[in-house]
Amino acid sequence: MTAVDTKPSAGNAFARSIGHVLKARETGIAIALIAVVIVATVSNPNFLFSSDGFRDLLLTPSLLMVVAVGQAIVIITRNVDLSVGSVLGLTAYLTGRLFIDIPGIPPILVFVAGVGLGALLGLINGALVAFAKVPALVITLGTLYIYRGINVAWTGSDRINASDLPASFRDLGTGELLGIPLLTIFAVIVLVVAAWYLRNLRSGRELYAIGSDPAAAHLYGLRVTRRVIAAFVVSGALAGVAGVLYAARYGTVSSSAGLGLELQAIGAAVIGGVAISGGVGTVWGAAIGAYLLLTINRALPIVGIQDFWQRAVVGVLIIGAIVLDRVLAVRQHRRLIEQREEKP
Amino acid sequence: MFTLKRKRFGVGLAAVAATAALVLTGCASDGDTSDGGSSDGGSGDTSDVSITMLPKNLGNPYFDTSTGGAEEAVSEMGGTFEEVGPSEASPTSQVQYIQTAAQQGVGGLIVSANDPEAICDALDEARSVGVKVVTFDSDTNPECRDLFINQATAEGIAQVQVDLITEQIGDEGQIAILSASANATNQNAWIEMMEAELEANHPDVELVEVAYGDDDDQTSFDKTAALLQTYPELKGIVSPTTVGIAAAARYLQTSEFQGEVSLTGLGTPNQMREYVEDGTVTAFALWNPADLGYLAAYATAALVTGEITGAEGDTFDAGTLGSYEVGADATVLLGDPYVFDADNIGDFDF
Repeated sequence: MTAVDTKPSAGNAFARSIGHVLKARETGIAIALIAVVIVATVSNPNFLFSSDGFRDLLLTPSLLMVVAVGQAIVIITRNVDLSVGSVLGLTAYLTGRLFIDIPGIPPILVFVAGVGLGALLGLINGALVAFAKVPALVITLGTLYIYRGINVAWTGSDRINASDLPASFRDLGTGELLGIPLLTIFAVIVLVVAAWYLRNLRSGRELYAIGSDPAAAHLYGLRVTRRVIAAFVVSGALAGVAGVLYAARYGTVSSSAGLGLELQAIGAAVIGGVAISGGVGTVWGAAIGAYLLLTINRALPIVGIQDFWQRAVVGVLIIGAIVLDRVLAVRQHRRLIEQREEKP
Repeated sequence: MFTLKRKRFGVGLAAVAATAALVLTGCASDGDTSDGGSSDGGSGDTSDVSITMLPKNLGNPYFDTSTGGAEEAVSEMGGTFEEVGPSEASPTSQVQYIQTAAQQGVGGLIVSANDPEAICDALDEARSVGVKVVTFDSDTNPECRDLFINQATAEGIAQVQVDLITEQIGDEGQIAILSASANATNQNAWIEMMEAELEANHPDVELVEVAYGDDDDQTSFDKTAALLQTYPELKGIVSPTTVGIAAAARYLQTSEFQGEVSLTGLGTPNQMREYVEDGTVTAFALWNPADLGYLAAYATAALVTGEITGAEGDTFDAGTLGSYEVGADATVLLGDPYVFDADNIGDFDF
């Protein structure tokens, strides 16, 4: 999975060393993921080899993966989007409402509405962050509560039930193509597009520049405001897509849908090597991080570890990832200094 | 979810309350001139009893169902019936409707309280002009009402779930429980009783695990998956929470275990319709809000006509539901939870 990013494109030593660092990082997470799957499968072969087990392995993290990709893009610009869980909740409920209030509405329109609402909510986040010059942590913490509040006021004690959603739509949540769940295929397409954009397009590279040093990026003439807003819009839109898919997969939407998802998404990005201080990391890492996070969650009860301990394990993972980040950053810094000294 | 939490208001009422209610109703019926039906005290003539129903909020399918039941009861008795209520279930939103009902001089008021405390003053005022106050579904403080119609007891809920699951799996094999959060008071009380009942009367049924889905769709869903993978011999899952049972049903519906692993618990018909119709779930339980409203209306009429005063041991007739007796703390218990299955689920919309 990491091959696309890690193939050194430029011939110079600098790019190659960066490539190696990235490679080490994402490969490490991928190896951890594989180890978890192997351990769980050894203790219970159903984890991988039953048809449900294999499907769940791919399917369960797919939604988080979509959200984590958006989150990674925002974090790369040295911001953070805490409101994604609330955005997902709102769009998931909107999805159900549309199917109830407009009988026969084509699912594609519902998707468009979900993405549109998500993007709009993301735009609000982005505009507040970019224009008000208030840290994204504060702004999106505020919108986390505001969006959730709107959701609770709108939903009340109501709930979307499986029978409210057309079967053709719910099949999206469980359908398979060649043994691979549709949701997973969709999530991987999102991932590949985002990865390609961040790696190959000028505006994508500018996100890294902004995250590395916003002031320098501004002085250099990059359109920081516009890029940051765009990053938030993408994150919102992806949370919106995830909301629609949430409805399709779980069939039940209450006002608490997506509660706490933002922390999982940030956790996935950080575990996957996206530095919380911005400018470093790939969406591949975030995606593998999402798989690792949720696969561990699913594996622990099967291995026989009490589910009360699961949260602690996730915490250890996140702290471990940050420590690893720090070690790698220090090592890279040293290496760069060495290279500079070697040159003349 | 919401329907289950209400239950706790019904328990733990002070014995003092029953006495207080008794004394108060006694006074009230003496001075009651606002309503013709009650003047012939105790004769049971209900033909001009006027009853107002005040649910937590309007447009809520659960309360639409209970209002339907009450309306049916009143039409059988031959009184007048009106439903009023706020659009939002906020603590004080019911006050104005209580005041209006008192001014209109209705005979009885049936309330599902949004707050056990906030509407007490208004209810006291209404009772001081002779309105009989009956709470259902969700109680006020016991001194604020004449009677509470309790939908179910913890014992009844535990019993019906054990009965359903043991019947569905043939009274032997492994079962698991998918609960709400690990510290959910109601669920823990029920689980304890279910464990005791399983041990006492179902020796061949083994409860292998109590998993906690935190009343979250996603967590409950994933916990169901983990249960099914961890215990390949599992024959049944009991989920005593409406969120849990719907999530577990959704997982089962799409898994290889559909139809092989039984699922039951507490759920609402709208939530479970899909899964009952396709055979994922055979039967589940909850109380019937229509019966609850029906019983509340009969109880109110009995109070208004003076047939009962709300004292422990009073009995009254509740139409097709039969005869009921007032229990301790001026509480009337609806009965055993109602079992929903493919045959009757079509009759309900809540």
